[in-house]
Amino acid sequence: MSKAVIAALQQRFPGDVADAYEGVGGDDVAFVSKARIAEVCRFLKEDPALRFDMAPYITAVDYLGVEPRFEVVYQLYSTIHNHRARLRVKVPSGDASVPTVTGVWRGADWFERYCWDMYGIEFPGHPDMRRLFMYDEFVGHPLRKDYPLRGRQPLVPEREVPDLYRGPGPVDRD
Amino acid sequence: MASELDVVPGIATRREEAQSFFEKVVSNGLGWARKYSLFQYPFVTACCGMEFMSVAASRYDLDRFGAALPRFSPRQADLLMVVGTVNCKQAPILRRIYEQMADPKWVIAFGVCASSGGFYDNYATVQGIDRVVPVDVYIAGCPPRPEQVLEGIILLQKKIQSQPHKLIDRRPLPLFPEPG
Repeated sequence: MSKAVIAALQQRFPGDVADAYEGVGGDDVAFVSKARIAEVCRFLKEDPALRFDMAPYITAVDYLGVEPRFEVVYQLYSTIHNHRARLRVKVPSGDASVPTVTGVWRGADWFERYCWDMYGIEFPGHPDMRRLFMYDEFVGHPLRKDYPLRGRQPLVPEREVPDLYRGPGPVDRD
Repeated sequence: MASELDVVPGIATRREEAQSFFEKVVSNGLGWARKYSLFQYPFVTACCGMEFMSVAASRYDLDRFGAALPRFSPRQADLLMVVGTVNCKQAPILRRIYEQMADPKWVIAFGVCASSGGFYDNYATVQGIDRVVPVDVYIAGCPPRPEQVLEGIILLQKKIQSQPHKLIDRRPLPLFPEPG
């Protein structure tokens, strides 16, 4: 549906946009290199034919075992032209930092805080980088694949409760 | 704590548990009064709050049981209804609310998330609020039907009636943990 978007991107940033494909449901996706993501987003927002004024979702994925380990996914939508696009940025685990796009869309603020809180990906230039969902005393980044599923860090000392087998799955899966 | 009191035995075999006739009358009277005038503190966090609202509304009336009036200050309430999921981030808040309530107080765990963590067996959810506060009645369900909630209230009322109540209660107060 928005192949023109990807074509315009590839024409403007030839070296940084690669592997455009059509995803499930008709979305057009392209991979963008990590260093130029802020300029690519500013171009996408300000070009009159594209005008992506909204980033409804920015999230991260952890592919543990594959290098680069993380990927930050930007879902973009234009309320003016009614077209969508998706950008994927590969992030290696050794250098897990992506330039922030809060200068382009102010609404990306909380999504980048979520990526930091849950995955540990840093966004240099972000105005207010702190945890969004978890509390400040929490250690670790829970949505990483190597964080245990039941790794609770209680804030209040817990009382002794007689029956302790809880939940499905083996007790020692942690 | 009222929720940790033993049930009054029918026949007391030890001298210190024996109640005189007057004490029994007072205990039954106070139990009757306390069970039919529960002031609830609805600690509502999640979807079970919808069922709580429908129990308190006109079709499945909670006012029939005397438990109609919610008090949104813990100082004025005696029944803490924990409705919905409690996170590890929320647990200190729940503990503080419970400690601010005056004796006698009771706690109802409303829904499976409050009873046992529900299906949220993960890094963020307290697996049952009985890990944080002592609980009197657990109402299971996701969310529980209003009839189940009323059954839970009736069970709590039977429990309150069977506890010993005194006019002047000289039990030693529980020690509070140091702040901080």
